[in-house]
Parts: sequence; structure tokens; C-alpha cells
Amino acid sequence: MKKKWISYPYIIWMILFIIVPLILVLFYSITVRTEDGIIFTLKHYKRFMEPVYLSVLFRSIYLALICTALCLVLGYPMAMILNGRNIKRRNILILLFVIPMWMNFLLRTYAWMTLLERRGLINTFLNMLGFPSMNLLYNNGAVVLGMVYNFLPFMVLPIYSVLNKIDRSVIEAAEDLGANAFTVFRKVIFPLSLPGVISGITMVFMPAVTTFVISRLLGGGQFTLIGNLIEQQFLLVGDWNFGSAISMIMMVIILLSMGIMSKYDQEHEGGGLW
Amino acid sequence: MKRRMVLPVMTLLLILAVVTMSSCGKKDQVVLNVYNWGDYIDESVIPLFEKVYGIKVHYDTFSTNEDMYVKIKSGGGNYDVLFPSDYTIKRMINEGMLAKLNIDNIPNYKYIADRFRNLAYDPENEYSVPYMWGTLGILYNTTMVKEPVTSWKILWDQKYSKQILMLDSQRDSIGITLKMLGYSMNTRNPQELQAAKEALIKQKPLVLAYVGDDVKDKMIAGEAALAVVWSGDAVFMQWENEDLAYVVPEEGSNLWFDAMVIPATSKHQKEAELFINFMCDPEIAFKNTDYIGYSTPHTEAYKMLDPELANDKTAYPDETDLVNCEVFDDLSDFIAEYDRIWTEVKAY
Repeated sequence: MKKKWISYPYIIWMILFIIVPLILVLFYSITVRTEDGIIFTLKHYKRFMEPVYLSVLFRSIYLALICTALCLVLGYPMAMILNGRNIKRRNILILLFVIPMWMNFLLRTYAWMTLLERRGLINTFLNMLGFPSMNLLYNNGAVVLGMVYNFLPFMVLPIYSVLNKIDRSVIEAAEDLGANAFTVFRKVIFPLSLPGVISGITMVFMPAVTTFVISRLLGGGQFTLIGNLIEQQFLLVGDWNFGSAISMIMMVIILLSMGIMSKYDQEHEGGGLW
Repeated sequence: MKRRMVLPVMTLLLILAVVTMSSCGKKDQVVLNVYNWGDYIDESVIPLFEKVYGIKVHYDTFSTNEDMYVKIKSGGGNYDVLFPSDYTIKRMINEGMLAKLNIDNIPNYKYIADRFRNLAYDPENEYSVPYMWGTLGILYNTTMVKEPVTSWKILWDQKYSKQILMLDSQRDSIGITLKMLGYSMNTRNPQELQAAKEALIKQKPLVLAYVGDDVKDKMIAGEAALAVVWSGDAVFMQWENEDLAYVVPEEGSNLWFDAMVIPATSKHQKEAELFINFMCDPEIAFKNTDYIGYSTPHTEAYKMLDPELANDKTAYPDETDLVNCEVFDDLSDFIAEYDRIWTEVKAY
């Protein structure tokens, strides 16, 4: 209690840059500017209920779910490999895993464009082997690929940090009692790693459902996701009210999904990143 | 109690101090904030200007008029010189967002050809100095498109599925669709717009991507067969890839002018006029035109051009080719309809 003042700068920061903007977004989303001044309305939310926009919402959630599932399938074994017993090898692996993240996110996504293009690296290679070119860029697959590539570390690292904390003696005890490797995994390791899995899922799902850069670059502007819709309303069209309403809806969805997730995460151990 | 108050107050003071200090440092030298289209200048002329006048230039770029307009309107950027197109200039004039130019400070204005003065968007030449002009048309790769291209309809041809690049710019993309359907690019008729929206949605499965400046890399590399491009970009792409040809479809297209203006919020109008005058200097105007390939309204710069470019029908079309072309009108509040249609087409 004595050191309470340490938190004051953060409280000021929070009020200035989190609370006030949130109130502004909420205010914009329920008002409209007319000649008689600003009046309250729910028409922006009503507009979002039109089928065109709902389909954007479902498309975003659908792609984000696919991305999260793929990240989990790829990320869990990866986390187990990282958690191998040899400390020296483990550190090298983690370094190799993290180094690509040091590069700029946009640059990495652009790199995928040159790989996937019709005359890009992959197609040139296919042609050399005598296969015809494939349309790899500008489709759902390319967008999901870009998301998985960019967000995979957010799945692997929380799982890894939880796996790392599991007491070896628990595993040894299970082995002593006659469990085979699969049973050990199913009955001991996996249940204990659940907090990491949960926080990994949240950390992948949230950026995936709101991304707009990946869908614009790798989707060629055809796969409007909810992030693109918000960006478009603010930067191109200048309809801040509708943009704010979409943002509010987005926030509610994220809050809901976090609520569902935390229900499963009863032990509140978190994955180290939360 | 007292001690508790000290820290928040101190923190606030510190924030204030940092904010005021950071705004002080800039006073010694004028910094001119210039906001132009991406890829729309020979960047070597900027250091030249800085050296001659001792004014620092902060150069930023935008990719569509709407992009720029929204930013200025919302009070962002503190820009001193902008390069919008005709209809956006008109809109900004109507909304009192532009400063009147003092033409005495821009003596090089005399080089601007007569046909580019007193245009509808600025009938008295009070606000703008033309920078470039051009058309909108179809650029196609002659190795992939064997038939003659004469109509916008080719962009709706199943044969070229996933080989078409559209512009990610609402007035342009909706405009050419309206033209294809035989309507005006400036229509305010809801039925005509509805028809354009349906046509664009029908076209969507055929489109490879909606692009901005990256159209250049794509077309030069032969990634697509057909693209909607501005004439100046077409000139540049034809330099890089000889298989490319440009056509203004017979239904007509958009004839446009980009001009330099000063926003009313600018605090450095004198310096901004100096910059505009510098851009109209024959040498500099030539450098820019030669570099970006767009069509110049500048008489002296035009004379200096390589005859090959000066006679290029892509950049300097005959007047007869332009009869069906229209200049974009400011639609004022009706633009919300276009916004909505484009949002829905993209979201579909």
C-alpha cells in the first residue's frame, strides 16, 4: 500500500489513452452529425446488420478460426520440440524461432507476395518441374497463410512457457506408475498445458480477426475483413460514426470470446504472456 | 494526504514540459510540409529546393484523393502544399479549405498553357496551379490480349478471369463502370448507380486484385493481362515493358487534372508559394515530367521533352480522342452514395 503512488503515471496514461478514446469511440458510434447539431441514433448499428456487412463479420471470424486451429495444430508440437531436454539445443531453437519476428511485419508479408505471384518464386519452380502455374496469391488460402505465418509465435510461446514450468517429477511419477508416452501426454502434459493453449488461442484469434494489412496485401483488396471495413470507413470514406460502430461491435466480440476462454482457464495461471 | 498529490502533479508537469519543449525546437527553420501522390515527383528536386531557399521540406505521400481529403478535413498533418485532383479541389474550395494564392508570388505561372487555365474546378484560377494532367484507360499486355481493346466491356469478359487489375479508388472504378453502361461519370441518379454497383459485383470474381501504385510492378512483371491505370503510369510501364499498350475506351473516360494548392490552415503561405513557383520552373517541371512520365501542362517543359514522349499518344492524346471524356465533378454530399456503393462492392 505504501508504494501506491508508483501506479499514478500509469493511471494517468490509462485515462488519457484508453478510457477517453473508448468513450469517444462509443460517442461517435451512437451519434450522427446533422445540420441541427449532433443527435443520438442507433442507425449505424442497424446498418451493420445488413447482410453485406454481416457476411464480412462471418468471413473474418471464419478465417480467424481456421487460422487459430492451424496455429494450434502446428504450434503445439513446435512448443514440445522447443521444450526438449537439451538446454543448449533448446536455446538455439528458440533463437531461430524468434529471429524472423525481429523483421518488420510488413516486410515479411510483402515477401510472401513475391513468393506467391504468378511469376513468383514458387510458380517459377513449379514451371521448371513441368507443372503449370497456379493462382496462389489473392485468395482465401493466401490470407490464411499470411495470418498463420505471422501469428504462429503467439501460439507457440505461451504453450512453451507453460510446458517449461511443468514439474518433471510429475511426469516421472506417471511413468513410474506404468503410463506409456501417449497416456502421459493425454493425462498429464496436455491438461497441465491448457492455460498456455487458452492464452495462445486468444492471442492468435484476436489479431487474426482484426487484421487488415494481411488481407489487403495477400487478398488483393477483394477479401474485405472487418479490419478493412473499419480502416476504409476512417481513412477513405471519412464516415467515423459507422467506423466507430463497427469497432464497438468488434470489441464486444473480442470481449465475449475472451469471456468464454477464461471460463476454461480456471486455474488462472496464464501462459506467462498475460 | 499531501504526499499523495505530489506525484500526479509532478507527472502532469513533466508531460507539459516535454510537450512544450518539443514544439519549441522547430522555430529556427521553416519546415514546409508537402503532401503529394506517391511516385509523383522526381525526388531529387526536393533537396534542390532546400538548398536554394534554405527551407526544409517534409515530404509525405497519399494514394487517393479521398485518403488525403479525410486527413486534411480531420485536421491532421499541418500541410502547406497539396496536390489534389480537379473534383477534390472544387470540393475543398466549396468547403473553404483552401487559401487563395497570391499569383504575383508565382511568376512561373506564365508557362502554364492556356487550355489548362480557368478550368471548371477553379474558374478564376484563384486557388490552384496545374501540375499534371491525363486520362484514365486500360493498359493491356499484347501477348495475353490478342483482340483489339476498344471498350470497357473487356474488363467484364470471362476469358480474362483472374487476369484483371482494378483500381482501388472509388470515383475511378465506379466512374468507368458508369461509362461502360452509357451513363455519366458524375451521375446522381440512384438507378444508374445501382446498375453500376451490380455490374461491379458481377465483375468481382474476375478481378485478380484491387490495387493502387503496385499496379506498376504487377503489369511490368506480366502478372495480369488488363489493368485500369492513369495515362502517366501507362507511359512509365510502357518504358519498362514493351508488350504493354494503352487505350482510352471509345465510351469515353475520365479526363483529369492534378494541381498544387495551399490549405487554408497553412502557416507558411509565402514559402508554399515559393515551392509552387519552383515546381513551375521550366527546368524543374521538365525534370519531374521526364521522371514520372505524366503529361505536363507546362509549355516550356513540354518543348524540352524527348520527341518520343512528346509525340506519345498515351500521354498527349489528340483532342478527338477525348470527345467522350468527362472531368469529375464535385458531388458534394452526394459522394456518400458513392462511398456506400464502393464499401458494399468491396465487402461483398
